[in-house]
Amino acid sequence: MSLSATTARPSPAAPPSPDVDRRRRRGRLLNRLDVKYSPYLYIAPFFLIFGLFGLYPMLRTAWMSLHDWDMIGEHTFIGFDNYTRLVSDEYFWNALVNTFGIFALSTIPQLLLALFLANLLNRTLLRAKTFFRMAIFMPNVVSVAAVAIVFGMLFQREFGLFNWLLSFVGVDPVDWDGHRWSSWTAISSMVNWRWTGYNTLILLAGMQAIPKDLYEAAEIDGASPWRQFWQITLPMLKPTFIFVVILSTIGGMQLFTEPLLFGNGNIIGGNQREFQTLAMYMYEMGIVNLNTAGYGAAVAWAIFMIIIVVSLFNFLLVRRSAK
Amino acid sequence: MSVTTRRTRLAAAALAAITAVSGLAACGNDDDKPAAGEKPAKLVVDTFGEMGYDELVKQYEKDTGIKVELRKTAQLGEYRPKLVRYLATGKGAADVTALEEGILNEFKPNARNWADLTPLVADHSKEFLPWKWELGKAPDGRLIGLPTDVGSLAVCYRKDLFQAAGLPAERDQVSALWPDWKGFHDAGLKYKQGSGGKAFIDSITAVSNGVLFQGNGDLFYDKEDNIIADTSPAVKNAWDTATSMADISAKASTWSPEWSGGFKQGTFAATFCPSWMLGIVSDNSGPANKGKWDVASVPGGGGNWGGSWLAVPAQSKYPSEAAKLAEYLTNAKSQVEAFKLKGPLPTNLEALKNDAFLSYTNEYFSNAPTGKIFGESVAKIQPIHLGPKHQAVKENALEPALRAFENGQADKAKAWEQFTKDAKTQGAF
Repeated sequence: MSLSATTARPSPAAPPSPDVDRRRRRGRLLNRLDVKYSPYLYIAPFFLIFGLFGLYPMLRTAWMSLHDWDMIGEHTFIGFDNYTRLVSDEYFWNALVNTFGIFALSTIPQLLLALFLANLLNRTLLRAKTFFRMAIFMPNVVSVAAVAIVFGMLFQREFGLFNWLLSFVGVDPVDWDGHRWSSWTAISSMVNWRWTGYNTLILLAGMQAIPKDLYEAAEIDGASPWRQFWQITLPMLKPTFIFVVILSTIGGMQLFTEPLLFGNGNIIGGNQREFQTLAMYMYEMGIVNLNTAGYGAAVAWAIFMIIIVVSLFNFLLVRRSAK
Repeated sequence: MSVTTRRTRLAAAALAAITAVSGLAACGNDDDKPAAGEKPAKLVVDTFGEMGYDELVKQYEKDTGIKVELRKTAQLGEYRPKLVRYLATGKGAADVTALEEGILNEFKPNARNWADLTPLVADHSKEFLPWKWELGKAPDGRLIGLPTDVGSLAVCYRKDLFQAAGLPAERDQVSALWPDWKGFHDAGLKYKQGSGGKAFIDSITAVSNGVLFQGNGDLFYDKEDNIIADTSPAVKNAWDTATSMADISAKASTWSPEWSGGFKQGTFAATFCPSWMLGIVSDNSGPANKGKWDVASVPGGGGNWGGSWLAVPAQSKYPSEAAKLAEYLTNAKSQVEAFKLKGPLPTNLEALKNDAFLSYTNEYFSNAPTGKIFGESVAKIQPIHLGPKHQAVKENALEPALRAFENGQADKAKAWEQFTKDAKTQGAF
């Protein structure tokens, strides 16, 4: 086909009619609107659902917390009385101490162990990597209730495995739910068992995103694996680590099922509330006691505030130490 | 713009629209009460555990042509939150609702949630155990519930272990060992000696339950529902009796793994059995221990632990038809049928005299005449006034304090202090 033949065809660039022009302008407008607004439309479903099932309950809880609210009876507005009562409530502070105690006993060893395991799994030397990565995640798939029931049996006073093992080293049977330290240990061990693998995988993913040439360069410079870990892996892992820490904080502050089932479903968590967590106290006041639902709502908001404060604190701490 | 993105956008918009619409629809109200006297097509009955209504309900359907849906919930722990949700939101409740003793008391201060049955049913006040009938009334006088069953008390004991420890094993002789609680403690000490130091009962909270429910006066509340837990002589009596038994206790609190495992292991030789506990004892002990258990009478006469009522929620669309169904399910004939099917003890005086009931024996418990034992015990039950939050005070104040003492976490004075302090907060309503 010759060039002249092409030019000989009727030109499409004939002077446009006003109608076509208008259509084109409208097309441009739609296009602009599309670019500008359709992203909001795409994410709208999430926010609608969040508004319905997240934001509304939160605001409603806030409203309830300003009332003397009987679940099946009267509601009286009392302002911030529930919150002032909270400050002087001995059992609220007890639950706070328990929550932080169990949180510290579970999160700190758990994250250290996860870091260690992730580093191991990240090694090129390891064989059957996929198998190990799968295996380490398995505990997280098991239902909490099943974990709590099995661990509850292991920590039994009379016929429990741990007391039986302790008897070989001459330790008297421990009444696991009879003391603070022992019940905290038992509950933390459930949390650790279940969540170490999960955190390991997240940290591992973070480690694999670190460019390999950094390690190669360090190797050439003669840096030991230990030094590589401290000076390359850890600093580069910072964002992932912050994420994991905040996630663990939220989980730790809301700890509920494990201590509840450990205490045979008793909401007060031990004879002297040795392991009643904040979430359990909220449930006791807000759901179990019908007439203190407003106070329970105040406890719920207190937990929310505490999570925000602790997460911020963790965020600052991790950011500073990684600098 | 490509076709795919346009489609996605459409889908997103549609999804958003759907969520918005369904969200709004959920807020819609369908408040269409039927005209009075209209016959319902269906009535719903909510029960927990096993109340033995399966056959009775079918019969009622045949007799009246009204369909009855029986909604069963196995555990009381799951049942209560459901009821609370129905009442708090004003929808979803069944037309006839079974209320356990603790729940009934807790709901009484808000009696407006329940229909007053007095104008809806005939006067049955003389047909039931009088105290049980009275407990079905709210403080404002309205009749909330019709009595179903009671949890009359007895003692379950291991014949073989008693024999091995040199105690009598035959049920009448065993009952004769403990005319009172002192006798029970002595028997326990004898057992401990004869068995080489083994525990006699499961826990001291089981004892406190037994003593409390024998009803020697007001417990945690007085008749005006003021909290008197710290001064009530009946509570102090239960406390002293229970704490005195710490030396013969296996320290296995009821429902704990130590407790359920203890039945098989024989860590204790006796426990307190309301009639509904027999099934739990046999399940926990397993088929291997069949025939080793027996039932004797409780020290110090009869007592009551548990039991229920049938009520009609105010939100029911057919209160009068629902009340008739409740009336039918609690009459003498129905109560005997229910007992034969699942074992809840009758409260209807005529049913308690019924031959089929009195001649019933329990195979697992060495063919003990449980109908006769529990029937006699029912007659001795004293009426007790239980306040609105009796259950909460018992479970979250009294029992933890007793267990703390039993486990050596607190001495007697400290534990009592813990109880009286917690009783005030748990008992507030």
